[in-house]
Amino acid sequence: MDKKKQVILSLRNISHSFIVKNEVKAAVSDVSLDVYDNEFLVVLGPGHSGKTVLMNVIAGIEKLVEGKIYLRGEEIHGSNRSIGMVFQSLNLMPWRTVMQNVEFGLELAGLDKKQRRLIAQKHIDLVRLSGFESAYPHELSGGMKQRVGIARAYANNPEILIMDEPFGALDAQTRYAMEEEVLRIWKEEKRTVIFVTNNIEEAVYLADRIVLLSNCPARVKHIYDLSSLGRPRNMMDPEFLRIRTEISQNTDLAL
Amino acid sequence: MSGEHKVKVENLTKYFDDLHVLDDVSFNIRKGEFLCVVGPTGCGKTTFLNLLTRIYMPTRGQLYIDGEPADPKKHNLSVVFQEPSAMPWLTVDKNLRFGMEIKNLPKEEIERRIENMIGLLGLEQFRERYPHQLSASTAQRIIIGRAFAMQPDLLLMDEPYGQMDIKLRFYLEDEVIRLWKEMGTTVVFITHNIEEAVYLAERILILTNKPARIREEVTVDLPRPRDVSDPEFIKIRNHVTEQIKWW
Repeated sequence: MDKKKQVILSLRNISHSFIVKNEVKAAVSDVSLDVYDNEFLVVLGPGHSGKTVLMNVIAGIEKLVEGKIYLRGEEIHGSNRSIGMVFQSLNLMPWRTVMQNVEFGLELAGLDKKQRRLIAQKHIDLVRLSGFESAYPHELSGGMKQRVGIARAYANNPEILIMDEPFGALDAQTRYAMEEEVLRIWKEEKRTVIFVTNNIEEAVYLADRIVLLSNCPARVKHIYDLSSLGRPRNMMDPEFLRIRTEISQNTDLAL
Repeated sequence: MSGEHKVKVENLTKYFDDLHVLDDVSFNIRKGEFLCVVGPTGCGKTTFLNLLTRIYMPTRGQLYIDGEPADPKKHNLSVVFQEPSAMPWLTVDKNLRFGMEIKNLPKEEIERRIENMIGLLGLEQFRERYPHQLSASTAQRIIIGRAFAMQPDLLLMDEPYGQMDIKLRFYLEDEVIRLWKEMGTTVVFITHNIEEAVYLAERILILTNKPARIREEVTVDLPRPRDVSDPEFIKIRNHVTEQIKWW
């Protein structure tokens, strides 16, 4: 293993379940995983496989019941400022402008107005929304709203950024555009990204490594290393399609 | 040749006040054809669909079915939307019946079609379930089954597999081809996904940016089931992508 591959986050034997109508329903089952510093890790699983539950456990939104999480070797419990999140549904505050949405975390962190503006503006520029600072969420397209979510998460300067199916609600073409954007931002502002999706094509396009999860309850089925694929990738390249097919054949069909 | 045309669209044009959405679109659809419509995001695909269903009336131009101006009271038009649209208070079985009962089809005919459709979809075990007890994909399969069971003159689908992953999409695409072959329905399928269009279509209509015109018609003459990694398939996918790429 080369020196660059330092483990930043370790999951050990994470399990999680819920009580639904007096029955215990397992959502995550014994997941162990190492995430490397600055890598683009994609967590791929069929719909309702427990992906979001796993991410919520990592981000501390869902209480850790079974297993351990280590951040740079230190065990962590609950939410941590080093881990940021971009949500599946937009979670923008409709009564706040783009600027105020991006500033939100900084406000909670107690930064003064001048600092907040400076940091927020930098990240609004980063996601190419300059000129829309005073627009409200309802005035933006789906892709632009998701850019605000990404800017807000980056503005908090987390070491690890979890993106939970951020493009699930976008049409195929806008999704392609946003996938290119997210790679550009990742290159400009190197960060460890954990990107969750149910879309195999998106996973193969983005990932350094893909963690394939099983149907619910989520277990790690396989880990694919795509470092040999190079970047930028072409979705119609034979090798790209071969990997996509291979993963598809190994995926559970979630009808 | 015009005798075999099920649908004729002539000079279809739509303005919303000053906004010019659709510009002089003309094409024909053969009886039993599977036609896909693709175009860049925001080009007016949904307006186009709403004109075909007569939800909107065109500013200019006309739509003919079997040589007559299309009329929802006379012709049978079915639409499948992206968002699942099963009636939440009806079981799967009753959802499937719904349209046919409204059209006052004979009881025996309804029974025959329902049995046939449930069999084709393999959904016997879901008959008495309600939509909220189904996954999104199963709910969508019910709606698609309901639309085919109506045996419409024209079946319009607006991105019915929009947010589904590839594995599921391939499964459902194979299913829709199976239903189409079995029922002989004339289908217009609108999608953003070019791979999906090449996988499904006999012919692809490529629209331009707004105001939408027809940029090109592409015939897809590949054997089924199609192989998405076949060089011929990729060639067509590449060509269509180049015509609309904005991202």
